Amino acid sequence: MFSLERWQEIFETIRKNKLRTFLTGLSVASGIFILVILLALGQGMQNGIAKEFERDATNRISVWSGVTSVEYKGLNPGRFVEMTNADYNYLIEKYEDNLEFKSAVYRIWSGNLTYGKETGSYRVEGVYPDYQFLENESMVNGRYINYSDHDDKTKVVVIGNKVKQDLFGKQDALGKLIQVNGINFYVVGVYSDPGGEREETRVFVPISTAQRVFGGSDKVRNLGFTLKPKANFEATLAQSINFSNEIESFLKERHLVAPDDTSAININNTLEEAKRFYDLIGMIKLFFWGVGIFTIIAGVVGVSNIMLIIVKERTKEIGIRKALGAEPWSIVSMILHESIFVTAIAGFSGLLFSMTLLELIGPNLQMDYIRNPTVNFNVAITTVFILVLAGALAGFVPAWRAARIKPIAALREE
Amino acid sequence: MITIKDLHKSYTMGANSLHVLKGINFSVEEGELVSIMGSSGSGKSTLLNILGMLDEADEGSYTLDGTPIKNLNEKIAARYRNKFLGFIFQSFNLINYKSALDNVGMPLYYQGMKRAERTDKAMAYLEKVGLANWAHHMPNELSGGQKQRVAIARALASDPKVLLADEPTGALDTKTSYEVMKLIQGINDEGKTILVVTHEDDIAHMTKRIVNLKDGLIIDDTKINQVRAASHV
Repeated sequence: MFSLERWQEIFETIRKNKLRTFLTGLSVASGIFILVILLALGQGMQNGIAKEFERDATNRISVWSGVTSVEYKGLNPGRFVEMTNADYNYLIEKYEDNLEFKSAVYRIWSGNLTYGKETGSYRVEGVYPDYQFLENESMVNGRYINYSDHDDKTKVVVIGNKVKQDLFGKQDALGKLIQVNGINFYVVGVYSDPGGEREETRVFVPISTAQRVFGGSDKVRNLGFTLKPKANFEATLAQSINFSNEIESFLKERHLVAPDDTSAININNTLEEAKRFYDLIGMIKLFFWGVGIFTIIAGVVGVSNIMLIIVKERTKEIGIRKALGAEPWSIVSMILHESIFVTAIAGFSGLLFSMTLLELIGPNLQMDYIRNPTVNFNVAITTVFILVLAGALAGFVPAWRAARIKPIAALREE
Repeated sequence: MITIKDLHKSYTMGANSLHVLKGINFSVEEGELVSIMGSSGSGKSTLLNILGMLDEADEGSYTLDGTPIKNLNEKIAARYRNKFLGFIFQSFNLINYKSALDNVGMPLYYQGMKRAERTDKAMAYLEKVGLANWAHHMPNELSGGQKQRVAIARALASDPKVLLADEPTGALDTKTSYEVMKLIQGINDEGKTILVVTHEDDIAHMTKRIVNLKDGLIIDDTKINQVRAASHV
């Protein structure tokens, strides 16, 4: 296998039969290339969708109220349902053991923020300290709202990165006074959100402060919860769905909403949605794998075909070599050696080419739902080996048969 | 050098069995130049193939340079072919993607000789057949006579005991045929044992002994006065 003479013989054969070598190599290289790209796309889609869910905690349950659409207990449809602090307090007490993070939200859609000469309109939300985790936010500077802010109803504000850039530019924002609808608030923190700029154009204040200062009394616009995870995903999901249903029926009962009313109490269970998407992604990845495997099979068939033709084409040469004293095994190993060498080189070139393409294009690919397509290197390497092995096996049978033909028969072959 | 006794060979073609060699007894001494003649179907090529271990006899014994040739597996046959025999074919049978030099070096490759040594030796044999200047040409750049001379150099390269030539001039014109025969005579003059299968009388008369085959049997075996090919060239 490692004899220099053999290698020289093989290089010579390859050099003198460029087209044959090229065609064999092409089918292998393109098979690997397509497989790698497909697998990377599958991974890219998974990354992209995972990114979409990163905006908020993936197990978040959001509740918001709306207008009734069904007549119930003598009440006309079209009534706006408003949740209160009491609803929130009741729920967090009842589910205290199960809840991980929890927050009620009182929101003014457009608050006017002013700092010096800069001004802008942003969403202002009164929240509890846990809201940071429900929104999956991380602090760039300073701190988030805390419970003593809440108890003291202090006028502090946490602003988004984008808001900070708009109002303060390169200046430091911490400890500065800004006006929110004309009322002074201290900036105590700057946050960033994986959801990007859209999620960073909001500012947060303690909910108690917001309700008092912006005339909310005890009204609540939103509720947000996450539950402590169970041992496995199925149990977590079941608990989550169960919890959604329970709070829905509780809120409907308390606010006199018909059980079949779909617009007055709205619940969005991220986990349930995430599961659907992950199932879908699972299917898509499976599909890509399927396509990839069939591509590899097509590649193997291609290599086998070419090997058959090569052996057929070389039958006479084999006869000559045998007449000159070649032993059968030396014929078989010559053909296999060549085919393994060519398929391996071609396979690795296909791998290298597709990996390079992914390296160059992957990180710059800014499409929705496809992000940073990558492929597991081990998987890719394994497929190269499978292809090389399959090529060798496919070549072995005809090579063995050719080596066993009597030289006189092989010589007669034209 | 070669002794065969009571050699039989038949081919099965579908339901029919064709008895090609029906008991050949024949021996060749060292340094002989023998031609085997016969019409098409007489079995002369089959005999040569058996002598060349390219084909196997059904019955009979075959001794080559004191070595009984029987029950050969492919591996041993290959080794014997390399060691004992050099082949010259009607259709030259050069490997078309290798240069003249590399073709001549092939038997040496299978002897396990290193490349540098192989090249030197192959070059020497190409010089011997007068083609040193054509060493790096591909077979398709050579004329028929040149190809056959490359094939002769290749047959000589492994320094075999016996050269077997199957219609060596069959694909050549008369003038070139005589040139090739002159070369073969020259090699024989140096003491090499050579068997030539031919159906051409003039070629046969350039050997030293004519064996005539008909319907699978030797009908005539006579030593003759050799006609030197040089006188015709």
